[in-house]
Amino acid sequence: MGWGPDAILQEDANFEVRRGDVFAILGGSGCGKSTLLRHLIGLERPLAGRVDIAGLGAPERRVGPPAFGVMFQGGALFGSMTLLQNVALPLEAWTDLEPEAVEAVARARLRLVGLDGYEHHLPAEISGGMKKRAAIARAMALEPELLFLDEPSAGLDPVSAVELDELILTLRRGLGLTVVLVTHELESIDKIVSRCIFLDKESKRIIAEGDPRELRERSDDPRVRNFFHRRSARRSE
Amino acid sequence: MAPPNGPTDFRVERVDYEDGRAVLVFAGALRFAEASLVWADVRELLLDAPPTVRFDLSDVERIDGGCMALLVQLRCELESAGVDAAFEGARGQAAELYELYGGTGRPCLRAPPRRPGLLDQVGRVTLALAGELRAALDFVGALCLSLVRALRAPGSVRWRDLAPLMERAGADGLVIVVLINFLVGFIMGFQGADQLQRFGANVFVADLVGLSVTRELGPLMTAIIVCGRSGASFAAELGTMKVSEEVDALHSMGFDPIRFLVFPRVLALCLALPLLTLIADAVGVVGGLLVGITELQLTVVAYTNETLKALDLLDVFSGVVKSVVFAAAIGLIACQQGLAAEGGAVGVGQRTTSSVVSILFALILIDAGFTVAFYALGV
Ligand SMILES: Nc1ncnc2c1ncn2[C@@H]1O[C@H](COP(=O)(O)OP(=O)(O)OP(=O)(O)O)[C@@H](O)[C@H]1O
Ligand SMILES: [Mg+2]
Repeated sequence: MGWGPDAILQEDANFEVRRGDVFAILGGSGCGKSTLLRHLIGLERPLAGRVDIAGLGAPERRVGPPAFGVMFQGGALFGSMTLLQNVALPLEAWTDLEPEAVEAVARARLRLVGLDGYEHHLPAEISGGMKKRAAIARAMALEPELLFLDEPSAGLDPVSAVELDELILTLRRGLGLTVVLVTHELESIDKIVSRCIFLDKESKRIIAEGDPRELRERSDDPRVRNFFHRRSARRSE
Repeated sequence: MAPPNGPTDFRVERVDYEDGRAVLVFAGALRFAEASLVWADVRELLLDAPPTVRFDLSDVERIDGGCMALLVQLRCELESAGVDAAFEGARGQAAELYELYGGTGRPCLRAPPRRPGLLDQVGRVTLALAGELRAALDFVGALCLSLVRALRAPGSVRWRDLAPLMERAGADGLVIVVLINFLVGFIMGFQGADQLQRFGANVFVADLVGLSVTRELGPLMTAIIVCGRSGASFAAELGTMKVSEEVDALHSMGFDPIRFLVFPRVLALCLALPLLTLIADAVGVVGGLLVGITELQLTVVAYTNETLKALDLLDVFSGVVKSVVFAAAIGLIACQQGLAAEGGAVGVGQRTTSSVVSILFALILIDAGFTVAFYALGV
């Protein structure tokens, strides 16, 4: 996958996500994690190979109720709509709920991410971390079984980050939610991630795959060890 | 530039040894604020560089990152000129920075970027143009598909945005449309008055203004104003949405950006522009009327009667038909350009510019087409 033949980011991205996994895509900045996510949700088509989601086939730009929820790295909230309208948008379009019911559900989603009281704010009027949370609320609006999150806890304060982790764990336990996320937070990787892959920019390959706790203990790849033990690659050279 | 804290307190001198080695001995504090002095001094000392140069940092009390970067760069330049250059004696903070800025690494021999040749540039431009054409055709294809689907499921178009968009494109632009078209009628009147007075054909100024405003100038001037207001605004708005992944978010939520964003905008323009054009026709005639009664000694009644006699309903109607096509062109080009934006604020700016330019060109082209067609049809 990549941005045209000039910029191939990953050459052999072969992996499987199982139902009920909290699956993390790890790797250094700029190694193509967000790009990989764009491929997984069908916004970009791989130069070779294919993505397959059980029961859905290859994801593509389809009009209709979405099969999964997505949170983009920057939030991607609609600037002309309030937070409530943002979250209500997919509910209005893809459910038969009455307007009052839509509003109730949207409010509940915002409360879930700790944004009650901000329903009528525009995205431009809230902080970066709040935008992320609102975007998560929007991604979860339709109760998807599969959730893609690009750095959900980056820019959140430690308390909100922990709350978000707990939210993901609760949803996974209760509803069998499958989550694919990009994250750099070692703590939340430790706590919620069941399997992960580790992308590398230089070799354009997945250099490690498996349970993050095991990788931390057993991986003998220095890049993976540096990541898990917060070591600078420069110093250890 | 004067150093912030007192006089310069760095020194650099060159010591030449008999074995052809030159050592630049730095001492004192090297601050970035004085970097230009450091740079100039060192450059001068190295005008005739011997085969071996050493930068001795052992007497440096303090050096900051900027100065270190410059020294590392100097060393790179020397190395690429075939001189054996290296640092020595860095201690403490200097040693740390020295490592941080890559002083220990292999010298960075950057090849200067190759200037693309003429043929190369022509090729690139051609490819870019072909890409633009393809993108436009892709857009037309997607548009047709969305149109068919929208006709089958009208509920999938975001009608809710229509009224606010019409207000933005129409009502909010009313003042400027009235002002400009009034002045256009006024100018036409004056231009005609001078000529017509010579033949004692004063009253025909009403014919001149009425016909040219309703058939040509009203629709065109209004479309140009709307292009500048709404065309630019739609392109910038959609462009910003595109670069901030909002369009991707629409896709991921199962919406069709064309039905969600493009159709409401194009439709709003197609409804608002004809209305604006009718208003423009009216104030244009009033502009001519003002010239008639002040300069040509015509009465309001005489002028109005002459206007009504000169104008066919078809004249006004042809202008309105034209304005609908103008509106579609403005909306479609602005949205296509906006959705093609890439690469942040710069990309949005470029697309906004090119949308306005393409729209203006398209307006004139469409106008020429209509003129020829109406002429052929005898309308
Ligand atoms: N639209 C684009 N066109 C061309 N290249 C792009 C584009 N977007 C990103 N890239 C390139 O793809 C590479 C990977 O980008 P990506 O956003 O996937 O990185 P990332 O792993 O998500 O990084 P981060 O952790 O900083 O978010 C970058 O090096 C960038 O140069
Ligand atoms: Mg990213």
